[in-house]
Amino acid sequence: MRRPRIPVGSPFQLLLLACSFALAAYAGVRLLAGDWLGVALWFVGAALLHDLVLLPLYAALDRAVVRGFGARREWVSYVRVPAALSGLLLLVWFPLISGMVERRYRSGTGLPADVFLARWLLITAVLFGGSALLLAVRLLRVRRAAKRRPSAVH
Amino acid sequence: MRDDPRLPSSPGFWRSPLRGPRFTSVLGLVLLVGITVLFVTGLVSYAAYNPDLSPVNDKTPDKGILGFYLFAWPTNPHWLYRLNQGVHVTLGITLIPVLLAKLWSVIPRLFALPPARSLAHALERISLLLLVGGALFEFVTGVLNVQLDYVFPGSFYPLHFYGAWVFFAAFVAHALLKMPTALRNLRHLREERNDLVTPRPAAPTVSRRGALWFVGGGSLLLFATTVGQNFDGLLRRTALLAPHGGGDPGSGPNGFQINKTAAYAGIDTAETGEEAWRLVVTGPAGTVRLSRDQLAGFVLHSSALPIACVEGWSTSDQWWRGVRLRDLAALVGYDADDPPDVFVESLQRRGAFRSAALRANQVADPRSLLALYVNGEELSPDHGYPARIIVPAAPGVLNTKWVARMTFGDL
Repeated sequence: MRRPRIPVGSPFQLLLLACSFALAAYAGVRLLAGDWLGVALWFVGAALLHDLVLLPLYAALDRAVVRGFGARREWVSYVRVPAALSGLLLLVWFPLISGMVERRYRSGTGLPADVFLARWLLITAVLFGGSALLLAVRLLRVRRAAKRRPSAVH
Repeated sequence: MRDDPRLPSSPGFWRSPLRGPRFTSVLGLVLLVGITVLFVTGLVSYAAYNPDLSPVNDKTPDKGILGFYLFAWPTNPHWLYRLNQGVHVTLGITLIPVLLAKLWSVIPRLFALPPARSLAHALERISLLLLVGGALFEFVTGVLNVQLDYVFPGSFYPLHFYGAWVFFAAFVAHALLKMPTALRNLRHLREERNDLVTPRPAAPTVSRRGALWFVGGGSLLLFATTVGQNFDGLLRRTALLAPHGGGDPGSGPNGFQINKTAAYAGIDTAETGEEAWRLVVTGPAGTVRLSRDQLAGFVLHSSALPIACVEGWSTSDQWWRGVRLRDLAALVGYDADDPPDVFVESLQRRGAFRSAALRANQVADPRSLLALYVNGEELSPDHGYPARIIVPAAPGVLNTKWVARMTFGDL
């Protein structure tokens, strides 16, 4: 009788991964040549921060919005879409919008640095305003359609 | 315990009916194409610095075989670097929603039990840390760098370059392992059921098609508010949140975009005045010291060339006027038709490219100038007064401003 062994899996997959690890290690020792702890923290931290903080956070917010709408689930997207788009812009351009690079940006580029927060807020207003307009049009259509077919409802 | 739906290791914990192999496959194939373009344009951008010409051009001197592909950077077409870097940065920003959606679509697998079904599977999961960590590391360092937010642990160049290779090693393995499945998922009309499909779907609030439109809409919004920073005039105004969007720093001939101002680079006006400033040109025939008036007395030539920055913004062609680099080489003992490389030093106190090397083919190009004028006026201090280099298709930082010294000779 042979003892149960750990399955090895596909040999093709093993070879491919070994090759990948070798190349990653070749570049990795160079990546870590300076502040190795800082770089390793950023590398692993980016994955952990995304998987364990950012994703649960936006998923929980989305779930709260869906729950808040209760029975009118079909309206969720009118809040979800503009909120997510605005949040996406904030996530990508946070250093400029928050003003944390204001001094370096202004003295380096000669451009005004205090415009980004206002622009982001205006884009956010347009996104939510546009969404509200679409919702209003939809509600109006539903109401008109209901008026036109009063006999259909008994 | 595995099937307790309160735990993320249970398939029933994840309830979105959107998740499934098809959704993941569509996003995966978009990233396969997009990230390949990002990697190639990134490598091309490194080659554009001519890092093997001189140590001052190379911020990753211990690259080893990772520089295997390097080549002498051409000067044609003159918008080559502008296009390459515009694509690299704009596409990278555009792909962010796709990357986030892709990671969302496979999140249940992060918690799946058992952690490994075989040795190959265990190694694949370790490889996924390099894949996800590497992707986020590359996107985050890139996005921070274009906003001048230098909070990352080290210089941007080595972090983004070596990080890209670590990421790409994992990316290629992942693509080869998953692409057959992804293509199969898209070809078949009916979806295979796999572990990504929730056994306890919540009531849908949006269709899969709607969710893909949503991701695409996010990409479109980022693209629309970024791409304009590669054009002048009204188009630049559309890039509302991009670092070099919105508008120009000034008006008139010198009003176009500035990478680093004279004040930021530590330029002292006492050093650039007519009395104080001399251009020192050195070659085998000796050293020549030239005032700006003397330079203006040379035969001047014009060329229309853009400024294109590694940060993914650029200007349209500006009309530069000045002395040809090859004429300066002839002044110190070289044949103007066969000039050597040149080492250029600036007056600037700060900046990673205070000095830069240009290759012989760049010096020989008749459009390569030591510019004194732009768009019909004297250079402004912020654009490099008294004199600056302008070379077709070269990255912005190699177009040295406030030039003090030029040493011709093979490097």
